[in-house]
Amino acid sequence: MTLTPDFLDGNAAAGDLEFLFGTDMTMASGRCRGCGEQMMLAQTHAYLGGPGMVLRCPGCEGVLLRLVHSPTQVWLDAGGLDYVTMPAPA
Amino acid sequence: MPIVSRGFHGRARDARHRLPPGQYETADFPVLSAGPTPAVDLDQWEFTVRTETGARHIWDWAEFMALPSQTKTVDLHCVTKWSKFETEWQGVSLDVLLEDVETSAEYALVHSYGDYTTNVPLEDLLDGQAWIAYRYDGEELPPEHGGPARLLIPHLYFWKSAKWVRGIQLLDVEERGFWENIGYHDYGDPWREQRYQGD
Ligand SMILES: [Zn+2]
Repeated sequence: MTLTPDFLDGNAAAGDLEFLFGTDMTMASGRCRGCGEQMMLAQTHAYLGGPGMVLRCPGCEGVLLRLVHSPTQVWLDAGGLDYVTMPAPA
Repeated sequence: MPIVSRGFHGRARDARHRLPPGQYETADFPVLSAGPTPAVDLDQWEFTVRTETGARHIWDWAEFMALPSQTKTVDLHCVTKWSKFETEWQGVSLDVLLEDVETSAEYALVHSYGDYTTNVPLEDLLDGQAWIAYRYDGEELPPEHGGPARLLIPHLYFWKSAKWVRGIQLLDVEERGFWENIGYHDYGDPWREQRYQGD
């Protein structure tokens, strides 16, 4: 089984993430719980346009983060990440 | 296309089709994916039904192709709000695949190649309501639309019609799938606009 990619770079998800975290996340990096790879948001693979937004690991294609917006709620699953880190504001 | 024929088609369409609440009609067939498109080799393809007792029923591609198929024309309703009328599919009814499966399960979790899953009540897979489809519009089902084979369950929102289907797990207790466990509705009836949990 081979896989054909059809994703955007993770910065395509920056707007959705800023809505959720209240700050620009393009300088954030995180580590994949599945394979241990560490990456910046821009290096992740973003699948948009479906029922929700999915960020996947460039190393193992595992799900790092999923985000769903309804008219009244936002759901976040970041269970595919060990952690997220970003520079503290100066 | 001649104008006369278009007009006639348009009237026929209006008479026969309705849009569920909140939907709009599209002539396109948008491709929505939660992950990379798997290219599944037909000589490695398998479809497995696993019951709540662990019993397995497995078909390889040749065995699956030997099953009786049906051609159905159905309307599709995607939770992202597009609906597409009169799509033609060929596939094997789940009634055929589940005919010799002994189960008292009430729920099904559908599994795909890749990591996609979706949950449906078992009774919604039966009685001529669902197919494992392998041809679309007279052609082999292309990978971006779920080929070699996908679930087709047109009375529910289209995320339930799992692309690249590889099997169905029958369960006594409902387990949520990829979208259902992050906010999407467990059942997903477009006519009751069951988009999100709580709708
Ligand atoms: Zn990884």
